[in-house]
Amino acid sequence: MKKLKLLITGLGIATFGEANADYALNLSPGVTQLSRDIYDLHMYILWICVAIGVGVYGMMVYSIMHHRKSKGVVPAHFHENTKLEVIWTIIPFVILLAMAIPATKVMIEAYDTSASDMTVKVTGYQWKWRYTYLDNGIDFFSTLDAKSNEARQLGVRSNPEAVPNYLLEVDKPLVIPAGKKVRFLFTAADVIHSWWVPKFGWKKDAIPGYVTDAWTKVEQPGIYRGQCAELCGRDHGFMPIVVDVKSEADYNKWVEAQKAQAQKAVTDAAKTYSMAELMAKGEEVYNASCAGCHMANGEGMQGMFPAIKGSAVATGDLNTHLDVVVKGKGQMMPAFGDSLSPVEIAAVVTYQRNGFGNNKGDLVQPSDVSARN
Amino acid sequence: MTEATHEEHAIHDEHIAHGHHDEHDHHGPAKGFMRWVFTTNHKDIGTLYLVTALIMFMVGGAMALVIRAELFEPGMQYVDPNFFNQMTTLHALIMVFGAVMPAFVGFANWMIPMMIGAPDMALPRMNNWSFWILPFAFVMLASTLFMDGGAPAAGWTLYPPLVLQGGAHLPFAIFTVHLLGMSSIMGAINIIVTVFNMRAPGMTLMKLPLFVWTWVITAFLLITVMPVFAGAVTMLLTDKFFGTSFFNAAGGGDPVLYQHLFWFFGHPEVYIMILPSFGVISTIIPTFARKPLFGYSSMVYATASIGFLSFIVWAHHQYTVGMPLAGELYFTYATMLIAVPTGVKVFNWVATMWKGAMTFETPMLFAIAFVVLFTMGGFTGLMMSISPADLQYHDTYFIVAHFHYVLVPGAVFALFAGTYYWLPKWTGHMYDEKLGKLHFWLSTVSVNVLFFPQHFLGLAGMPRRIPDYAVQFAEFNAMSSVGAFIFGFAQLIFVWVVIKAIRGGEKATDEVWEGASEHGLEWTLPSPPPYHTWTTAPDIK
Ligand code: HEM
Ligand SMILES: [Cu+2]
Repeated sequence: MKKLKLLITGLGIATFGEANADYALNLSPGVTQLSRDIYDLHMYILWICVAIGVGVYGMMVYSIMHHRKSKGVVPAHFHENTKLEVIWTIIPFVILLAMAIPATKVMIEAYDTSASDMTVKVTGYQWKWRYTYLDNGIDFFSTLDAKSNEARQLGVRSNPEAVPNYLLEVDKPLVIPAGKKVRFLFTAADVIHSWWVPKFGWKKDAIPGYVTDAWTKVEQPGIYRGQCAELCGRDHGFMPIVVDVKSEADYNKWVEAQKAQAQKAVTDAAKTYSMAELMAKGEEVYNASCAGCHMANGEGMQGMFPAIKGSAVATGDLNTHLDVVVKGKGQMMPAFGDSLSPVEIAAVVTYQRNGFGNNKGDLVQPSDVSARN
Repeated sequence: MTEATHEEHAIHDEHIAHGHHDEHDHHGPAKGFMRWVFTTNHKDIGTLYLVTALIMFMVGGAMALVIRAELFEPGMQYVDPNFFNQMTTLHALIMVFGAVMPAFVGFANWMIPMMIGAPDMALPRMNNWSFWILPFAFVMLASTLFMDGGAPAAGWTLYPPLVLQGGAHLPFAIFTVHLLGMSSIMGAINIIVTVFNMRAPGMTLMKLPLFVWTWVITAFLLITVMPVFAGAVTMLLTDKFFGTSFFNAAGGGDPVLYQHLFWFFGHPEVYIMILPSFGVISTIIPTFARKPLFGYSSMVYATASIGFLSFIVWAHHQYTVGMPLAGELYFTYATMLIAVPTGVKVFNWVATMWKGAMTFETPMLFAIAFVVLFTMGGFTGLMMSISPADLQYHDTYFIVAHFHYVLVPGAVFALFAGTYYWLPKWTGHMYDEKLGKLHFWLSTVSVNVLFFPQHFLGLAGMPRRIPDYAVQFAEFNAMSSVGAFIFGFAQLIFVWVVIKAIRGGEKATDEVWEGASEHGLEWTLPSPPPYHTWTTAPDIK
């Protein structure tokens, strides 16, 4: 068995060279007790399958080698053997039983969300994740980071190898403490998504109108990555998950910093900004949240996503423009009222009205945005 | 049947066939295109189904190549993600409903009457209908590609709410499903009525060729589940256009309800594609092993149990939706049980080969590859049935590898095997054995290069249905894409072999394969068979 495994791994390495050392052939045992239990179960059933395979394929190969007409074999005539048939019906039952028992144990463990230390609500959006800490009110969105986002556009001819953690990096990771049992509640705002970090051992669907739950308890601090696993529309492939597991002390520091930042956002929203500030911030927000559909050059996509450049909305009435961004429109344009702060919306609307040659000269302040909410 | 009666039969049949010609010359095929439009002849309709399936196989295959081209390396090179999603959706719908299912209906039309000694299908006019619906359905589906917002892009499973975001295509896609459902149900009724009422005297149920048995069970699955699917998509339609909220939680509905309905159809659907394959393989292996099928009755019972179990395991596609623990465990145990009858089938095939005197013509090569590679898919299926492990496997390339192993070197190889096996009977000409073997070896090697690495990708963490991926998945994706292109182009050889055999070639004998007449009535008929066969029922001993 060991040899076979080595052989398979060896063949893999021989074919692909050492250039990319982090490719993997198998599940990762992961970083939690639950993920290791799932991994062990996986290996257990894999080896059972390998053993059955060796038996069945062995018989076939032997038969193909020896029971050929070209060797002058005279065919036998048997076509029944009740004893044999009963045996090979019963033995699989016993094997299945031997698989069902550990499977049941692990499933019960996976479902035990009781006695958790904290709870994070995870909401799937097209195409980003929102993390709400139910214990302390921290609440933020997590989207594909700007470098990956730029490199993944069609026709950019990027070199993904040069982008660190291409497609597996976000602007703001989920942060949780090590050694604590964290319960997650999953739901979605638009369509079904699925939250999956392979190293935690499971995925769970996030379904609009429903709440599902799951839990993890990560032992060691570290960065763990994953992706949305349920087809959720155009950018399904571009909504990664990054979890930054910190030691308890670091986690507490992070929580304090978040609270201070939230405080600052409130004061920021009351300020007035210059055109240059809004345009710079607006471009950043546009590229992260809008360019996926309306394209970085503002030209949109024929028949699917309208252009911003010269658009009736972006060059027309300001309040209509604000409403489209804050409340969304139709099936495809998301409502950004929740996911972007008033400052960000003010900036991006200013950017859209003045960039791409629209040159309206409008300056939108956060207070204008709050007024439309 | 004993040897002696066989000889008699062959002579008897010859006589019938000729006698028939003299008396009913006007019953030959009509001339020209109208022959195909108005035909009620089971052989013509079989041919129509098979040709359609082959065309759809090439169309669906071309879409797969678009997908694999985009996935050849990381980064977005050729298509927009939205178009990519349209390709995955259409590829699956076309392969399932356009290629695999119609191809097996084509086999059924050609072979069932010839195998059971019936002059035609029981309901020949309905038979014409059930075929001619298909081309219109597929033209309608294809037309969505040119609509505003493009073709359906929510995956072949059409899950709401995502599918409801679709634009103009939605009603067209749904009506396509309705038409396909009507066609399948009519086809299924026809098969059941034919087999139950038109068997030659003496052909008792437990003497039916296994291909016929598997089709009867498949037909019952079709009649049971197609209406459920039609109902589910109709609910999508009313949710989208008539203000209902079946699947909308905000209106008191449940998006997961759709998944339950879909998979109540979808799981039996995968058996609809594989049971007739089991029938084909159970027909071919005994011929080339020159030995009767091992465990005929256990094959029948195993097929029936798989058919039954397929109705009660659907939610194993939904282990991650947050079912209650008891539900997870029930569906785990029930799904694991399918491995038992499936195992019995595999053991029986191996036992049929055991101590036979095998030869390895192209049909047998494909049949052997089927047993080996389908079993691989069975193993991964068993692994996925274990719900806690499936929390990792679900919605990854591991799943993609699993179902392609059961569908490509499974169902599609069974179709190749059956085509090579019966082509000389259908056309009266031997196919080109050299090219057939070339097709086999290219297909078998490339299908593994194509799908085996996908197991690794899934386990390493690559989700399915994504147009671009992180760089650590690059090597296996590249390998898979290379396999895909070789596999795709190898199929042109198959098309050529078929065309060549239709146009001419070495004359096939009636028996075609050594000793085949002991394995089925069809081999006692001339090659090619006359337009009408078994106008007088054969005697079965
Ligand atoms: C031993 C027999 C089998 C078992 C135990 C089995 C089990 C499973 C399970 C548990 C899944 C769901 C995995 C997931 O999405 O997480 C699945 C998916 C699938 N299986 Fe099988 N399977 C078996 C045979 C087959 C056969 C014979 C076919 C078709 C010919 C088939 C076709 C499929 C397809 C198409 C899917 C994916 C559906 C989708 O998500 O689009 N399976 N199978
Ligand atoms: Cu998603």
